[in-house]
Amino acid sequence: MTEQLDEALSREYEAGFVSDVESRTFEPGLDEDVIRRISAMKDEPQWMLDWRLKAFALWKKMPEPDWAHLQYNKMDFQAISYYSAPKSMDERPKSLDEVDPELLRTYEKLGIPLIEQQQLAGIAVDVVFDSVSVVTTFREKLLEQGVIFCPISDAIREHPELVKKYLGSVVSQKDNFFSTLNCAVFTDGSFVYIPKGTRCPMELSTYFRINELNTGQFERTLIIADEGSHVSYLEGCTAPQRDENQLHAAVVELICLDGAEIKYSTVQNWYPGDENGKGGIYNFVTKRGICHTNAKISWTQVETGSAVTWKYPSCILKGDNSIGEFYSVALTRGAQQADTGTKMIHLGKNTRSTIISKGISAGKSNNTYRGLVHMGKGATGARNFTQCDSLLIGDKCGAHTFPYVESRNPTAIVEHEATTSKVSDDQMFLCQQRGLDPEKAVSMIVNGFCKEVFKELPMEFAVEAGKLLEISLEGSIG
Amino acid sequence: MLKITDLQVKVADKDIINGLNLHIKPGEVHAIMGPNGAGKSTLSYALTGRDGYQVTRGSASLDDQDLLDMEIDQRATAGLFLAFQYPVEIPGVSNMEFLKVAVDAQRLARGATKYSASEFLKLAKAACKQVNLPLSFLKRGVNEGFSGGEKKRNEIMQMIMLEPKLCILDESDSGLDIDALKIVADGINSQRDGKRSFLVITHYQRLLDYIKPDYVHVLADGKIVKSGGPELALELEAQGYSWLESYDRNAGDASE
Repeated sequence: MTEQLDEALSREYEAGFVSDVESRTFEPGLDEDVIRRISAMKDEPQWMLDWRLKAFALWKKMPEPDWAHLQYNKMDFQAISYYSAPKSMDERPKSLDEVDPELLRTYEKLGIPLIEQQQLAGIAVDVVFDSVSVVTTFREKLLEQGVIFCPISDAIREHPELVKKYLGSVVSQKDNFFSTLNCAVFTDGSFVYIPKGTRCPMELSTYFRINELNTGQFERTLIIADEGSHVSYLEGCTAPQRDENQLHAAVVELICLDGAEIKYSTVQNWYPGDENGKGGIYNFVTKRGICHTNAKISWTQVETGSAVTWKYPSCILKGDNSIGEFYSVALTRGAQQADTGTKMIHLGKNTRSTIISKGISAGKSNNTYRGLVHMGKGATGARNFTQCDSLLIGDKCGAHTFPYVESRNPTAIVEHEATTSKVSDDQMFLCQQRGLDPEKAVSMIVNGFCKEVFKELPMEFAVEAGKLLEISLEGSIG
Repeated sequence: MLKITDLQVKVADKDIINGLNLHIKPGEVHAIMGPNGAGKSTLSYALTGRDGYQVTRGSASLDDQDLLDMEIDQRATAGLFLAFQYPVEIPGVSNMEFLKVAVDAQRLARGATKYSASEFLKLAKAACKQVNLPLSFLKRGVNEGFSGGEKKRNEIMQMIMLEPKLCILDESDSGLDIDALKIVADGINSQRDGKRSFLVITHYQRLLDYIKPDYVHVLADGKIVKSGGPELALELEAQGYSWLESYDRNAGDASE
């Protein structure tokens, strides 16, 4: 049974192809000059360059953190290239007709048609290829309602007042080693602004693709939901199959003003490396949002890729009655390692948070939930509920849970529930006896285990996530 | 339909079934009775192909297809169904989804088309009613929080939906009160159509009051030691299994 499961978990990574695109790529290495060149490529104003340089100075003094339950070879930051863009992007295409067909084909292969007519109605997409945003669809249409959805490099030039005010306001420049590095070298990413009282008429999404060898991807996303507004945002990511590890160190900041709501969903499918842990993306990501009065942020993530995942989407519940939610499915197989979870920082009165984490470990992988619930002095009447479930497939994998609770207010209530279970022989036998082949059986059992999280995803994504899980589990049974 | 010849089964290096012969024709109901440890459940697991039940000798075929050569799911789609003694829970997977995936898989494997969503819903609702479970059970997780009786009825619902050729009922009566027993028996009887065959494994005669078997076999020490008509079950009920041991010994002596 265990052998069968292990075998079943060795599947092909479908997004592992390389696109034949001629790119302009910086020589590996990192110094002030590289940062100046990135800034110049993007035509940035002086204040932005100064901000980057300040971060770089901070970063040079910071040690790389080692508290996570992860084992990997430390990266050589001088061996990475910090900028790579298709040459066809030198002159920024004004419309889809001008976009390199090879790039369009890449996204078509990944199941993301960029021609607006071919898309699922109601989803606008920003596609980021290595260090640049290739195209953002429905930009004008959204602008009719005052919604700004564009590459962050554009926002820096076109909406400096918003960027200056909010960039680094949730994740400060000196927050942590990887976020500070991102501050210095970030290349592209998405910018969203939803005006007061507006319900964004479409789902917004960004699709990240790493293509070039030996490059890192450092994207930066900034979403501002003004008072009483509402937005649902999705992100997806893939990379080619390579023997070398590649670094992805992103920062996402969400600003959710009074009464606003942001729903942020991620389906992360970076190349996970091979069975023995060769290759794969190192995914070190900082995601954090701030909720003002009566605001709500909901993080949903489905993490199936990356060799190493280090990621804790968090909420600062600053305003009274604000709500934070975190729904997570993390699947590790082969030699993958994930250390992921959330931080819920309750500062305001009657703030509420819910954490539902589902970890699935297979092969010889390690899957860790790490979470912090902090109840500040002012968090009178605040409540948290945490549920942390682990599912083991086979007997060589590991599941770990590190829940931290800090309470400075006696009226705050924190609840924590945790379970660990296995895909049992009995369950497998029942499913097979009813006519399911072993792969279908495992995927059904795992999907059932994840149900509470999947139902939080936007419809189209929930189907995608289910399929992704199925593919990820392909071959996990003999 | 089912033909078992000289079957020998090992579990953890121990012979549990030892030279068992059994022939079930289409439409027949056979009951297997026997004391604890006689190998009743082992027989059902060996036939359905469960890991750890190693067939070391003999043969078993369903409609002339060699069962022992097939994977578990292939045996199922070939028409072999096992109603479990202790049905397991699958949290988060609704009964409806489970039934749909299983029925689809089996129909496709048999070369039939999938039911449409509405056709399927209609059949599922009817099956649910037939075993006297509220329709809300279709939405609940498979066996999740079901009582013992509900689990057994759920097994029968699956049997009705999957339309197998041969049903093995592994102590489907254990833990049931008399009302639940009747419902389970009615569900089974409704599936007797003259072609479908049943192998009913039970400790007690009482299930056989409701499901009339054509033959009763007594399993002891891994082989069938006595076969007869329904009256054999009554004899066993009255006298227990101990008289069989002497009977068996005598029979053995006689043959020497």
